[in-house]
Amino acid sequence: MSNLGLYNYWIVITLMMIGFYTVMASHNLVKTLIGLNIFQTSVFMLYISFGKIANGTAPILSESHTLYANPLPHVLILTAIVVGVATTALGLALVVRIKDAFGAVDEETITLEEEKEE
Amino acid sequence: MTLLGIDNHLPALQVVIPLMGAPLCFLLRRPVLAWGFSVAISSATLIIAFLLLQTTLQTGPLSYALGGWAAPWGIEYRVDTLNGYILLLVTAISTLSLLYARTSFEHEINSAQLPLLYAGWLLCLTGFLGMTITGDAFNVFVFLEISSLSSYLLISLGPDRRSLTAAFRYLVIGTIGATFILIAIGLFYSMTGTLNMADLAILLSKNTESRTFHAAIGFLLIGLAIKAAIFPLHLWLPNAYTWAPSAVSVFLAATATKVAIYLLLRFLFTVIGAEHSFNLFTLNQALLPLGVLAVLIGSVVAIYQDNIKKLLAYSSVAQIGYMVLGITLVSLSGLTATLLHLFNHALMKGALFMAVGAIFYRTGSLRIADLTGLGRTMPLTMAAFLISGLSLIGLPLTVGFVSKWYLVVGAVEANQMWLAIIILLGSLLAIIYFWKVIEIAYFHHKSSEAPVVNEAPLSLLIPTWILVGANIYFGIDTRLTAGVAEKAALLLLGGTP
Repeated sequence: MSNLGLYNYWIVITLMMIGFYTVMASHNLVKTLIGLNIFQTSVFMLYISFGKIANGTAPILSESHTLYANPLPHVLILTAIVVGVATTALGLALVVRIKDAFGAVDEETITLEEEKEE
Repeated sequence: MTLLGIDNHLPALQVVIPLMGAPLCFLLRRPVLAWGFSVAISSATLIIAFLLLQTTLQTGPLSYALGGWAAPWGIEYRVDTLNGYILLLVTAISTLSLLYARTSFEHEINSAQLPLLYAGWLLCLTGFLGMTITGDAFNVFVFLEISSLSSYLLISLGPDRRSLTAAFRYLVIGTIGATFILIAIGLFYSMTGTLNMADLAILLSKNTESRTFHAAIGFLLIGLAIKAAIFPLHLWLPNAYTWAPSAVSVFLAATATKVAIYLLLRFLFTVIGAEHSFNLFTLNQALLPLGVLAVLIGSVVAIYQDNIKKLLAYSSVAQIGYMVLGITLVSLSGLTATLLHLFNHALMKGALFMAVGAIFYRTGSLRIADLTGLGRTMPLTMAAFLISGLSLIGLPLTVGFVSKWYLVVGAVEANQMWLAIIILLGSLLAIIYFWKVIEIAYFHHKSSEAPVVNEAPLSLLIPTWILVGANIYFGIDTRLTAGVAEKAALLLLGGTP
């Protein structure tokens, strides 16, 4: 029961493994990027979970509250979300250029094309 | 230098100048202007790095509170002998390869993309410098991603379409590596509530039994091993270096993995602490087989390459193996060898990739079989290649000899004769793959219908020969490099430099 109490960490681990598996198993470059996104999202949730205390409120001094949650992990992960968006944008831009150059977004077709040039 | 007290802000300027320079560089539009501007910016960072290293050597570590917020709450920039040395290396290589880049880029890349390329280069430099100078663990991640994203861009602009897939694959594996580092930093934070490296070091040592700590070390090690291309996580490296534009190959081959190795040293020795890393968790025993396999497999695979840049890239994998071996010895001579090899490998790989870039400029080919007769038609380029190759093998009077000497001494001191033998075996394998190139270039006569090629232009030859000269100079006069490397190694081991 105490293990299930921290259910957000189970969600983090599940999402991380789904994302990781998608990155490794899919041959379509866009799907690889989607997997990468799910993988990163799991880490965002990990950070957000650190910053949450049960019944804790935002750190604004007030007489009715004594338990405060740390907002810093949320701020940190905002930076990581921006990085994630930039990575996805750059990745998709590369996929567009790959499609132009190779005529495919499929890993196997691209590898065959590359081998022709060797 | 007391103008406006600017010398107090050198640590911030080291990072801010290239960061601000990047968008300006893009706005300049004209390729020549953008090039001149980026050379100026890069030279400014070189001067700052030199001043910083000089200050730390004279007066000890410098601490700079960004925005006036004191550590451990604010972000601290901390310069000591170790990262001062790495800053100098990165800025010097960036400046030299930018000098080389103009002619090479004009030949390989569409002129409309050039300002963008220089802006990306400055961002990449910002990332490397930021990762090196910062004393804040989360800041490391931010700068790591700045340098990674811009290096994916730089690689993707290569002249061959395979540069696109190389960049994409590097993006996927690089992002996984960076995310692993992010997880590790998060776990450290959840244990201690601090991100400052010095503060982390104190707080983490109180709680070494925690499973969170063990998991964090695992994530951190794998993340950094991907970024440093430590065998067997090196698979992104050969394609990325091969298909990138020539000058980008020079810059990345000489700096990117070096900065990652620096981070590995910083986290293992300063944040986790040498005592915990090596006595408690015996991470050296995990790294040792990887280093040995990197040296042997990297060198053997290099022998079978047909593409000269790929040959050099696999040789880089082997050379990173030497640096890892130096770390696993956890001794003064072992660490000095690693730090020396960081510097020396940058000099020799920089010179080798520059020579290859000059060959590509004239012949348009990267195939080793197409090098026939170049010993006669491009004598200066091939001589540069020959000398820096001898340095890679570790011939006396070159830098390669100095770092291998320290490494062998370290192995013998640790009573590990077999390790010394493996290091020498690696050099023998280097002779084989290197000789393959020399034989074709100097001793094969080329067919009469092959096109005539001239010597490379001076704008490519001068930076190449400056690096070749450095290969010989620092091979003879080791006071500067070995002296600083030894001080930095002492610092890592917790002694007073």
